[in-house]
Amino acid sequence: MQLLLFNAFNGLIQGVFYALMALGLALILSLNSVINMAHGGFLVIGAYLAYTLNPYLGFWGALVAGPVLAGGIGLIVERVLIRPIYKRPDPIYSLLLTFGLALIIEDMTRTIWGPQGLPLEVPDIINSPVSEDYFFVTGYRLFVVGITAAAAIGLFLLLRYTLLGIRIRAGTRDLETTSALGVNIYKLRAFNFGFGCLFAGLAGVLAAGVLGLTPPMGNSLLMPSFVAIIIGGVGSLFGAVVGGLIIGLAAGIATTYYPAASEAVIYLMMLIVLVVRPRGLFGEEGLFE
Amino acid sequence: MTRVGGVIVMWIALVALPFWLPWIGGYTALGSKVLIYAIATMGLNLVLGFTGGLSFGQAAYFGLGAYGAGMTLKYLAPSTPLAILVGTLAGGLAATLLGPLVMRRRGIYFAMITIAIGQLFYFVAVRWNEVTGGEDGLAGFSRQDIHFGSWVYRLTENNFYYLVLLCFTIAVVIMWTILQSPLGHTWVAIRENRRRIEFLGIRVERYVWAAFAVAGTITAFAGALNALLFNFTSPQDLHWILSGNFVIMIVLGGMRSFFGPLVGVVIFVVAQDYLSSVTGNWMTFIGMIFVSIVLLFPKGILGVFNRRAVTT
Repeated sequence: MQLLLFNAFNGLIQGVFYALMALGLALILSLNSVINMAHGGFLVIGAYLAYTLNPYLGFWGALVAGPVLAGGIGLIVERVLIRPIYKRPDPIYSLLLTFGLALIIEDMTRTIWGPQGLPLEVPDIINSPVSEDYFFVTGYRLFVVGITAAAAIGLFLLLRYTLLGIRIRAGTRDLETTSALGVNIYKLRAFNFGFGCLFAGLAGVLAAGVLGLTPPMGNSLLMPSFVAIIIGGVGSLFGAVVGGLIIGLAAGIATTYYPAASEAVIYLMMLIVLVVRPRGLFGEEGLFE
Repeated sequence: MTRVGGVIVMWIALVALPFWLPWIGGYTALGSKVLIYAIATMGLNLVLGFTGGLSFGQAAYFGLGAYGAGMTLKYLAPSTPLAILVGTLAGGLAATLLGPLVMRRRGIYFAMITIAIGQLFYFVAVRWNEVTGGEDGLAGFSRQDIHFGSWVYRLTENNFYYLVLLCFTIAVVIMWTILQSPLGHTWVAIRENRRRIEFLGIRVERYVWAAFAVAGTITAFAGALNALLFNFTSPQDLHWILSGNFVIMIVLGGMRSFFGPLVGVVIFVVAQDYLSSVTGNWMTFIGMIFVSIVLLFPKGILGVFNRRAVTT
């Protein structure tokens, strides 16, 4: 029982990272119509910049600076590389472009920071176990869950109640009409892309505290985030979060009983969802079909 | 007629390849690799370029073909033709069974689901250690000479190249025939105007399914040959990075033309071979190739030089 709880909790933490990644991906997917294959790259950028800035700014400073810088770099990438190809209707181009970026970022990270894993120091105050029996529930892990919940709720409030959020939702529905109503959709899409990358960076910093830093960490988190979106339903941010948590938990539970299947179970779940409910748990009918 | 002439010249050049390739600094196995990747990408292009389905997980079927062939030789029987057959059927069967899950999707959603499904096979190969060799890959098998009664065809490097060339020729003839048939024309029509085809009463989904299944089978065929070429296969043959490479090779050559992928494969494989021998940062250069192709040559090399190729 203890082992099951341990693995389930670990899986849940993993699921939190998937959910954060998937949130950013889903934002970019819906408004920018781009599958951001470089999303893992932005996660790595956020994590490594936080690692580098940690000695100067301290953990708390780095926790803010890493994601913000990742978002900033996302803005630049969107402006320079992605904007020129919005007008091409075939999604293959944005897919290949971000795919190339993912390769470049992973390779450059390896060159700059080295291929070996690096630890991100977490302050002692939040890094001690909460109780003796449940040694795996460290303060940092609860902190990760808390920050993620706050970020997700913040995003929902922003989309629901601010003018910017309303515009983003409107753009997702019908970009042309939104543009005709006087919204600068170029600015809107740029902001949205940067915002998605900021979420990737946040996932990176938080994950670095648990898993450490390695150059391929981003790309290994990318695929499960895709699955999270597919399970949750394309077009639903809430679905992306739920999907991420579900697959993390499922992988954790699988680790207890049959460790070798812990990754495969994620993809098997996706197949089952696709057979039983093709649009995903919270997806809208007819979207992309 | 120029087109037929071009194909004949190309085929003669391919037959003579073991004689001229070492002379310009290549090696015959590189020629085999180019042809194998050409089979894989031309097969993928049936979905990607001709039907308009953005399949981004094709490495799954390539890898299944490779593992199918390798495991046949290792566990089942020392027969090269059987290995190729089993590999091809394994990948083809998987594509046929998974087709219904993707055939209804379009655009980015099609791409996302095909990528994610591909990863399933990757993790099975990585984790099922006892059978697949895990991360280290599947080794311990080698291609066997082919016996025709008392006559033996020894699969040396050069002879294997000719076997690959034969397979390439067969695959090309099959694909060309399909594309000239009503099935092939329906695929192109779906790409051009899916809704209109639906209104004409054609079951678009079934045709997309057929394209996916045929493409998967041909890619698996290539994968089986690839395992025999190196007497080895690894999970990298199933990874989405390889899927992405396949797609960029197609776009590089020109996704609207029949032989476009072959051109892309030649450039990409040679570039990759060269870059990885001169720089440790070859991944960055490959990434830059991706970015620059998208920004500068969206219609591919053949699209730039041959306007006719765009319409096929």
